[in-house]
Formats: sequence, structure tokens, C-alpha cells
Amino acid sequence: MELLFEKSRPGRSHGYLPACDTPVYSFDSSLLRETDAAFPALSENDISRHYSALEERTYGVNDGIYPLGSCTMKYNPKINEQCAALPGFTDIHPLQNRDTVQGCMEVMDLLKRDLCEITGMDAMTLQPAAGAHGEFTGMMLIKRYHELRGEGEIRNKVIVPDSSHGTNPATGAMNGLTVVSIPSAEDGSVDLEALKAAVGEDTAGLMLTNPNTLGIFDKNITEITRIIHEAGGLCYYDGANLNAVMGVVRPGDMGFDCIHLNLHKTFSTPHGGGGPGAGAVGCKEFLKDYLPEDISAAYPGVCFGENSIGKVRSFQGNFLVAVRALAYVLSLGREGVRKSAQTAVLNANYLKALLADTYEMANPGLCMHEFVMTMQKEHKETGASALDIAKGLLDEGIHPPTIYFPLIVHEALMAEPTETESRESLEKTADIFRRVYEKALADPEAAHHWPVSAVIGRPDEVTAARKPVLRWHSDN
Amino acid sequence: MGNYLSHNEEDIRIMLDTIGIGSEEALYSAVPEGLMLKGLPDLPEGLSEMEVRKEMKKLAGKNKVYDTVLLGAGAYKHYIPAIVSEVIAKERFLTAYTPYQAEISQGILQSIFEYQTMICELTGMDVANASVYDGASAAAEAAAMCRDRKRSKVLVSAAAHPDTIAVMKTYAWAAGSELALIPEKDGVTDLVALASLLDDKTAAVLIQQPNFFGMIEDAEKAGEIAHASKAKFIMSVNPISAALLKTPAECGADIAVGEGQPLGMPLSFGGPYLGFMAAQAGMMRKLPGRIVGETKDEQGRRAFVLTLQAREQHIKREKAGSNICSNEALCAMAASVYMAAMGRDGVKQAAIQSASKAHYFAEELGKAGFARLHTGEFFHEFVTKVPCGADQALAALDEKGILGGLKLSEDTILWCVTELVSKAEIDLAVSVLKEVG
Amino acid sequence: MNTPAELKYTKDHEWVKEEDGLFVIGITDYAQDALGDIVFVNLPEIDDEFDGGDAVCDVESVKAVSDVLTPVTGKVVEINEDLLDAPEMVNEDPYGAWFVKMEGEITEDLLDAAAYETHCKDN
Repeated sequence: MELLFEKSRPGRSHGYLPACDTPVYSFDSSLLRETDAAFPALSENDISRHYSALEERTYGVNDGIYPLGSCTMKYNPKINEQCAALPGFTDIHPLQNRDTVQGCMEVMDLLKRDLCEITGMDAMTLQPAAGAHGEFTGMMLIKRYHELRGEGEIRNKVIVPDSSHGTNPATGAMNGLTVVSIPSAEDGSVDLEALKAAVGEDTAGLMLTNPNTLGIFDKNITEITRIIHEAGGLCYYDGANLNAVMGVVRPGDMGFDCIHLNLHKTFSTPHGGGGPGAGAVGCKEFLKDYLPEDISAAYPGVCFGENSIGKVRSFQGNFLVAVRALAYVLSLGREGVRKSAQTAVLNANYLKALLADTYEMANPGLCMHEFVMTMQKEHKETGASALDIAKGLLDEGIHPPTIYFPLIVHEALMAEPTETESRESLEKTADIFRRVYEKALADPEAAHHWPVSAVIGRPDEVTAARKPVLRWHSDN
Repeated sequence: MGNYLSHNEEDIRIMLDTIGIGSEEALYSAVPEGLMLKGLPDLPEGLSEMEVRKEMKKLAGKNKVYDTVLLGAGAYKHYIPAIVSEVIAKERFLTAYTPYQAEISQGILQSIFEYQTMICELTGMDVANASVYDGASAAAEAAAMCRDRKRSKVLVSAAAHPDTIAVMKTYAWAAGSELALIPEKDGVTDLVALASLLDDKTAAVLIQQPNFFGMIEDAEKAGEIAHASKAKFIMSVNPISAALLKTPAECGADIAVGEGQPLGMPLSFGGPYLGFMAAQAGMMRKLPGRIVGETKDEQGRRAFVLTLQAREQHIKREKAGSNICSNEALCAMAASVYMAAMGRDGVKQAAIQSASKAHYFAEELGKAGFARLHTGEFFHEFVTKVPCGADQALAALDEKGILGGLKLSEDTILWCVTELVSKAEIDLAVSVLKEVG
Repeated sequence: MNTPAELKYTKDHEWVKEEDGLFVIGITDYAQDALGDIVFVNLPEIDDEFDGGDAVCDVESVKAVSDVLTPVTGKVVEINEDLLDAPEMVNEDPYGAWFVKMEGEITEDLLDAAAYETHCKDN
């Protein structure tokens, strides 16, 4: 499909601005750029059609099931969008006087209070703009804690299971911590012996998600957090999988000291093709003083609590995402929060049960909100891979699960249907998964060339990375 | 009450039978009994959609929306063409995940490729990424791109936005590296002081253009001084002024970053905004976050993919330069639509009109006894003295529905004017200020 | 699998050749095959110093990054900049596509071709 630039025609434009009603100011030419930025010249109709065509080449949650494991692609309620579009929120400058932004502050306070209750934390910040940003912030609280106790130099290691999300070790490194990777048991749970061997005077903390990336609730969780605490470390909860347990079990009760939540996963705000999200960070009372301030106190010279880690983002974070999340929590209420988690687990187990005769499961038995299948055997015997299955699903019109993650399962397919899928949708999904499996095994060679019905076939990623073309250039 | 679930009792019974358990409670049998929450969480009762709407409208109503905005300081109210919000509200763009499955994500991928191209055009740089959280974190990420084993200190101008400095400071503290301020003199970065602060441990120098006080920096000179010490030169630029003023590339910058909010995003009490990042080709593989590249499919058709992924956390884990994964993709799309709709003349017009109106306002204020604090050239923000005191001046404007500038001290204010403010509104503001003296 | 007899090998799949008092280091045919299409080689800078067993550079395929470990304690004297523009050379000619030349001392027992082939088979 043609790019905006290729559709550009000299002289095309649309009058968005009136003529300048004050004298026009001319800067000294030495300050000006030599050539104009070559933005496209298009009519508004050209632009409108261009993006409609791009939308046709995109798959959204509204198109069908989106069972990406660890991504919680649930339905994004429309009322949330309407609330976030209210001028009383969109037209508010972040530096307005506090008495003129009481509604915004109340939104943030209400959401923080509810998130604290759901997670068992005592304080919350909404400043981080995404999950990884939240992890970074949360681990800084832990770093600060050790630093103020005079142990910042010694406690320089963070323990991360090898089944973890890649952001966990990357976050540790951004905090100047050495990452100690510990092996997981077969079901992804923490190997207690390996954990005991890894902890010591140098332990800053542990980063963990529970349920883990194999969709298993770690039944030793209180023992795990106890081992870390006894060694003098703190426990960080990666909230990526909170959707399984919100309103049912609280990270705070499991022994975690600080957490992040992905409002764009668990709290139904849309992913926007990659963002914006929001990564609320919660902590126990004793870490509260280290949180970044939500409201910029004074300019110039930003003020923080004496022990705060500082700011992680300008102003108050992705406020409109918080508005959506609040609308969602208000809708669900105390019963809905639990019911949603329970239904997410029910749906995952139902889909798992429907697929268990066809696909080999990484773990038998009940799962939480997601489960992992493996194509290891099939791949070895026939060449049909997890990637082939994923691409085959595209031809059937549904989004594939997460593939090749977690790393501890070979040829992994990780499925998280979420609570907003109906029974018919899950059954239809299971039918499609089974059909694609059979087709792939019947003709693995053909499967390597799937999809055949999408707007493109498999892209040449090797050339893309060897000879990167990252922007358009005109031919002349 | 609104719960977005669809099962009835029969559905649940069939599902439980298939799973082979007797009740929904049994789904949590793996959770140790003592950990289960006793009773429901202490949250309010769920509300119907109508009640939610009313409640949220009530909250929005507690905020004051101003007709006239003379406040900038990092968040700018420009005109946003109607097509911007219409395009980004399209359901698929709104709800899609990160485009890892390229075959069914060509729309998102192409839009990011177009965005990258326009950011390169705007900054003059060779490559751009698909966005980071905001301008401040973009600056912090740019600093991290420049640090290595031998050079770890970063210098940032004291005339950069306070949030940018604060965020860079936080990131530097976490990484255990040094961040030092280059002092400001007469509203601009003190380049003599810069030269004396540079040493063989300095990885990078960051200045903001126009700076926090609205002043236009001698960026070329700052870049020359940085490069003479073999430090990288990072510019944080306002994207509207970038359509008019010398580009970061023309000023010799190695990396250009900035807050993309002025490109079609509403003020929104601070977010979501857009951190844009662009760099010279030699630094391409150090850029954090997602990057889209053009390639071909098996049949030779044009295709777009997320590329250079080996830089990123999901592959490099603890060796990745940044942990970023979610970015601000939908805001980047808003910026693309804005730049495409306004076109090269339109964005430049927004810049010219903003600067023109700001200069008119400054001149009228000067006549009214509100003298400028600094002497150099400015873009669309400037600082004046306020004889009657900042609080009194801002309160008087507030009464007329005008959001005044940012109080910097008891008797100075940072003003901002964009193309949205008419001459009549400026004249009204001046007359109000004249009155309070 | 191509394993030239005149080279020495590490258990981590690097090859080493002594040339004019310098150690030339690359990755083996076995390694390039296991990694798949190499898309980028991240080289050190000249004069960078390493201990034996350190990662002297890394190679990227589309979805993986692997360290190249040096068996030499010493200093990088030369890097193969041709690889920056043509990483595919590592796949096409792994024994021609050297990564670095180092001066210093070998700090581990290297394998001869036969022993290395056995080592690969055992894996």
C-alpha cells in the first residue's frame, strides 16, 4: 500500500488556521532551518481514506478473540472512552492551580484508593506511563530503601526466575543491580532450594509474577517472600498477571512490598497499537516516602519529599488512562472485580480443557488465567512449529497466542482468553485451534508459508534487520 | 454492576463440567486457603453505565476549563484538526496490541513507519524510534544511549524543563551515574560554564530548544563545544518550533528528542503525551524501544515489521539498554495525522503565528510596564517582571476566564501564546494586567 | 560441518588462529548454523581490554543475541569493520569472517579440530 508521502500532490492542503491577526514576526534568517520538513501535501479526504485503508490492515479486540498470553487483551469498554473525552479532563493544563483541578485530583485519589484495596498496598503513584516504567519505579523504591539503610552498596543483586518477563532483568540492570537468574521448577514456580542458595547479604530483592508465566499460582508464595525478607531483601510483584486474582488474593497478603499494575491490561484501558498504557505503582507504608510525587509542587525547582526517588515522568503521568481505569472500577464494583477474575480463570480452563486432547500442555491440571501449550514434539517429528500454528490462526481470522514465551518451554504457545469472551467464542476458538493443528501436521511444508490470506505473507525479517530501512525517502 | 461478562448459569455449568470441577471456587484450589481474601474487597458497589457517566461528568465538572490559555511550560494548547481525534478513535487502532504479528498489523506498522519518517523530517535526523513515554523520559533515554564504560557523566542545561532535569536525575541515580547542571545566564545556557564542566568522562550534553524560559539557545555553539570534548550532543526540541527553526541536525546534534504533545494531543492534565527520539545513523542500534522497518514478504510485496528487535528487553534481558516495551503508539499516530493534515505549511504556520502572537503580547506587556526579564530572542514563551506581584496578576486574569502564565517567582511570570489565542484575547489580557498594574 | 584442521577451538564455539603474534578470533561453522541468519555483529573498540572468558563482542540474529567469548586475556588490536555492513559474511564464510585480533595470552585449553568435532557431536 502507498505511503502518505507517495499520495502527496503539490499544493494540496486544507485551511485549518485563519490568517494571523497580529503583526507577523520574522526571525533572523540565521535562526531558521534551511529547508522545510517534507510533510505530505494532502486533502483531508486523502488522509481520511488513507487511515481507513490502514485500519482495514489492522486487527483489533473488536475483530475477535485476542488470546495473547500475559497481555490480557480484554474488551475495552466504550463508556471509558467517552469519559476520557470529557473536556473537563482533556482541556486541563497540568500546571493549573490546584483549586482548579480538584476533579482531576479526585479521579487520581479514588483510583489510588481502589487499587490499594485490590492489591493490599498502602500507597500508590500513577506517574509511571507503562508497566516497564512501573517496574523501574518500583525497583527504585527498593534501591532507595537499601540506600537509606546504608546497604545500597552491598545489596546489589536482584533475583529473577528464568521464566520471568524480559522487562524484569532489564529493569534490574537499569537500577544498577546484578541480575541473578534462578531456575524454575517445571511448572514455572520458584525452586525453593535454588532460591535459598541464591539469597544472601547481597540480595536487594526478588522480582516475581504470581500467577507465573505458565499460568500457575505459586503455592509456596508466602514461603518465598519469607525467604527474601529473612535475607534482608524486599519483594517486588510484577502485576502483569493480576487479572487472574484481583478481588480474590492480594499481592500485599502474599508478602510483596511493592507492585506495579498495568492499567492497560487488568483495568481494561485500550492498548492503542502499543500504547499509551499506565503502570500504577503501589507499596507498603514503609516505602511510601520514596514514591515520586504525583503533583509537581512548585516551579522552578521541583520539590519532592525528602526521600523521594524523584520524578519518573513529566507532570502526573498518563492521566486519561487513569480516568478510563476509574470508570472501569466504578462499573465493576466489589463484586464485579472478583467475578471478572474468576471468569478469566474459568475461561482459560475451559479453553484449555477443549484443547487438551489436541495440544500438549506444558502443565496438566487447572491453570489460572492463562496456559501454555508446546509444539516441541511435533516440531521435532514433523517440522511444524509454534510459529506455523500462529500464522495458521491468522488465516482463520483470529489473533494467535503469545509464542516462544516463556523461554523455559520450547515451542511455546501461551493463551490468555480473558473474561470477556463468551462460551461460543471459546468453543469456536478451540475448533479453529484444532483445525489449524491438524492442517499443520498434515502438510508441515505448506504450514511454513502461512498465512496465505492476509494482506502480506511472512515478511523478510532478516533483510529488515541487516539492511534497515527505517524511513521513507523520495526517489529524487 | 456493569461487568462485561456474558455467561449465564447454564454456560457456567457446562464449562465447569467440561473442566471437571464442581464449582467456580474450585478454580482457585491452588491458592493456599489462608491467602484467600475473606469476603469481597472493600470497594464501592458497581454502577450502571448511566451512573458511571454521571459520576465521571461530575468529577470533570470540578475542574476549571479556560477559554484562553497563556500557560505553556511544557504543555501547549494548539489547534487540533478534527480529523486527528477521529482517526485515533478508530476501534482497531485504539484496541490493537503491539504489532508483533506483522501480517495482520500492517496498518499500525505502516503508520509508525510514516511517523518515523515525519520525525526524521522534522528534526533532520536519520532515524527515529516508534516513541517513548514523554519528552522527559526521552531525554533520560537519550542520556543512557550515550553512556559507556569510559564516559558516564551527563551535563544538562539548567534552562531545560524542570521535569526533564528531574527525570534525567532519577534515571541517572538509578544507573549510578553522574548528572550535572550547566548553569543558566540571562535565560540561556551559560556556554562558558559548559566548556569548563566538560571533561574526558562526559558522555553527553543536553540542551533544550527553545528552553524552559522560551529562549532560543545558541545550539550550534553548544554542540561545537560538546563535540570538542568528544561528548555527544543531545537536543530536546519543541516540535512546533522545529518546523521553523534550525533543525537539531543543522545544529550538529547526535540525538534529537522532545515532547510531542503539541503535535495534536490535548493538554489532558499531563498525559498521555509522546516522547519522540531521533538520531544520527551511527547511533541507530542504541535507540531504545520499538522501531519499524520496511521489507518485503515472500512474494515481494511491500511489508513493514518491528525490526532491530535484538536491542530490546524481550531478547536481550539484562543486557538491554532500556526496559521499555509499551510506548505511546496511539499518540504517535495522532502526531502523524496532525503533521499530515497540517502539512509542511500548516505546521510552520502554527509556529509562525505562535511566535508572532507571543512577540505581540510581549511588546504590549512591555508598554504596560511588564518588562521582559531576559534580553535574547525567544520563540512563543517569555518571562516578564510583574510589578503588582504574580499572584495578583494571575488572579485578575482568572476572573476573566484567562489562564495566565506560570509563576516563576513572586514577581515573575513565564507566558506562552499559541496560534489559538486571538489578538482580541491578548488585548483583553493586557488590559486586565494594566488595571492591576 | 566444516572444521578446518589448522585452527584451534573453544568449547563455546569460537575459533582461534595465531597470526603474526596476534590471536584472530571468529565463530565456527557449527555456531553460525545454530544461530541462523546473523543480522548484526556488535564489535568492541580498539584498545578495549578483556580477560579470558569475557564477552568480546556479540552477534545478533533476528530473535536472539549471543556473546562471543574470548579465550585471550589482553587487548583488542584490530576489528573487522567489514562485518558491520555485511554481517551475512559470518554465515557465508565463518572462517574468513574474523571478528577481532587480540594481543595477549590464551587462558584456556583450546581444542583441536577433531576434539572440537567430538565436542559438538556430544552436545
